[in-house]
Amino acid sequence: MPEVFMPRLSDTMQEGTVSTWTKKVGDRVDKGDILAEIETDKATMELEAYDAGVLERIVVEAGKTVPIGEIIAVIGDGSGAGKGTGTGVPAGEATPAAPAADTPPEPPVSAAPGIPTAQPVAAATAGPTAGNTAAVKASPLARAIARDAGLDLSTVRGSGPGGRIVRADVEAAVAGLRSAPTPASAVSSSAVRSGPDDEELPLNKVRRITARRLVESKQQVPHFYLTRTIDAEELVQARAQINAGLAAITPNGGTASKVSVNDLVVKAVASALRAHPEVNVSFAGDKLIKHNRVHVGIAVSLDDGLIVPVIRDTDTLTVTQISAASTDLATRARAGKLKPDEFTGGTFSVTNLGMFGVDEFSAIINPPEPAILAVGRAKQEAVVRDGQIVARHTMRVTLSVDHRAVDGAGGARFLATLASLLENPFAALA
Amino acid sequence: MAVITYRQALNETLRSELLRDPDVFLMGEEIGIFEGSYKITAGLLKEFGPERVRDTPIAEEGFVGAAIGAAMLGLRPVVEIMTINFSIVALDQIVNHAAKIHTMFGGQSKVPMVIRTPGGGGQQLAATHSQNIEVWYAHVPGLKVVVPSTPADAKGLLAASIRDDDPVMFIEHLALYNTKGEVPEGDYVIPIGKAAVTKEGTDITIVSYSRMAAVALDVAKRLEEDEGVSAEVVDLRSLRPLDRETILASVRKTSKAVILEEDWLSYGVGAEIAATIQEGAFDYLDAPVRRVAAAEIPLPYSKPLELAALPDATALVKVIHETLDATRFRS
Repeated sequence: MPEVFMPRLSDTMQEGTVSTWTKKVGDRVDKGDILAEIETDKATMELEAYDAGVLERIVVEAGKTVPIGEIIAVIGDGSGAGKGTGTGVPAGEATPAAPAADTPPEPPVSAAPGIPTAQPVAAATAGPTAGNTAAVKASPLARAIARDAGLDLSTVRGSGPGGRIVRADVEAAVAGLRSAPTPASAVSSSAVRSGPDDEELPLNKVRRITARRLVESKQQVPHFYLTRTIDAEELVQARAQINAGLAAITPNGGTASKVSVNDLVVKAVASALRAHPEVNVSFAGDKLIKHNRVHVGIAVSLDDGLIVPVIRDTDTLTVTQISAASTDLATRARAGKLKPDEFTGGTFSVTNLGMFGVDEFSAIINPPEPAILAVGRAKQEAVVRDGQIVARHTMRVTLSVDHRAVDGAGGARFLATLASLLENPFAALA
Repeated sequence: MAVITYRQALNETLRSELLRDPDVFLMGEEIGIFEGSYKITAGLLKEFGPERVRDTPIAEEGFVGAAIGAAMLGLRPVVEIMTINFSIVALDQIVNHAAKIHTMFGGQSKVPMVIRTPGGGGQQLAATHSQNIEVWYAHVPGLKVVVPSTPADAKGLLAASIRDDDPVMFIEHLALYNTKGEVPEGDYVIPIGKAAVTKEGTDITIVSYSRMAAVALDVAKRLEEDEGVSAEVVDLRSLRPLDRETILASVRKTSKAVILEEDWLSYGVGAEIAATIQEGAFDYLDAPVRRVAAAEIPLPYSKPLELAALPDATALVKVIHETLDATRFRS
């Protein structure tokens, strides 16, 4: 009978929540029918049926979260329909026995053999302790090592038969934890405790993933920072002219497109990356991966976290296309409707806090990207120009760079090109 | 230490026990004038006379019962049953009487007797004469079941069995009689219920007994030389009592175990070992416990078929490799 598994819908997904079942037990299902909506770490996606038949059993009810690969429903020929919801996982699998006493149940035959032992031969087992790792396939030894090390088995990839996690996998994962200065403490810090005046807020998935990835980045990626003040006078004026032009060509009653300063920055970044392919790379352990296409991600703040949707082939788009794409992506990101390939695969990110009045800041790189540009607000400042003090718009940008992939001079050259493009915006558009 | 055969070790031990204790006597089919079907009792009739080396009729139930009576009255009979297959004829005497008299009668009488009998296949003796049914006896409280794999163990365990106050099934193996090994001189007794680690290792545990323990040891040595796999071999030596602690200590060290047994797989000795391991070393296991056993068929007479049905080194190596691969040991 075909089983429906919790699918892996993104690179970072380790578990998923069934937000709603769109079919109910007993419903006919055709291939391609939408069975359910699955909430992943970053988006809500529809789950299609791969098999036709009758939805015989819903194993994971709406609202429940299970690791990827878990059976969430069963599609059959209809003969087993109507059993309703409920766990389909045998109790024995769902609750692995805690370690039995290490002593054998039967004592060795004593010096007066022939007298049968009165002790019944039975293995004592304690209750479950493993929580959400119960459904993960792992050898008992791997489980024990993970338990001792405080390692969440659902984060470990199994290399044994059928994906079973074995000792080698857990030891590698534990070694990875230990090599980090403060292992995953940002994600699950036991040192921080709430007091009587505090309130504990459980982490939602986006917050959890964001925390984990940022800790990884700050711990593993050697950041350096380059800050530069941009003369943004031309940029601000260019934006005004473009928007005026867009309004002029919009028919009466229509809504004119508008571009933002950030759209122009994204366009300039894409052009600068095209001019500096040595920056459009990823550090991959024993090699650099050079990306031949330019995909710029834009950081979007959500109510409950952060996501970086990616504008594909950014260097080939016009500013209005970039503007339309970024508006669309940000809107759908806030609605939790992004598809996984819309927030993965970026080669560079731009984050902008200018609208909050921030002058300048340093951002954390979004691995495996080599750099992120933090953009401050454009504001009028007194600057010296041709020996005169004049009022001009300026904007400070800070480039955070992965030093393993790009050196200081390389980053500075990229930043110089970017500054030149921003200060001559029509060149950037040309 | 002298290098002698398993057969010689048994013969010499019977002789020295007959000399040591006047209550010890032997009985069985063809053990006197014919000196035993497998010549284990060679020379003993001549030396000790018909009073202490008794030929019996072909009546296993009868002479086992007679031995039980003798044991209850203070003698120490050592019975030879020509092969373990014929012990089935005496099953009621062994299981319902020898094993239970001590407890059922409130400890009034012990039953200090030994039933020596060879088991095992591989001699083209066909289905009814080639069985490994030691587990039938190992299942029964009140019996001890001893399964030596080397000449030294044959000596030390036979001496211990004869001196033990309980009925002991002393199970030899037809294919071991001509094997040679170093045997300590003089009085040499191995306590019953203590397994031997015949080769130490860190990567995988092989649990076995009787002839298969010898196969396991050969395989382990070869794996060490050819592949650098450090296998530990646990030779059980006794099925009841079973030395669970030695098995568990080994598995806690290696986290992987394979059992090599010549009996049939289902309900066999290996099932008990596997249960012991999961009960006592669950958190130490990095791979499922595997068993290598005989095909579940009456053993064929045809040599190629007989060989195909019995477990061997090739089958063991295959399962060891699979178990190592399951833990990424070789990658």
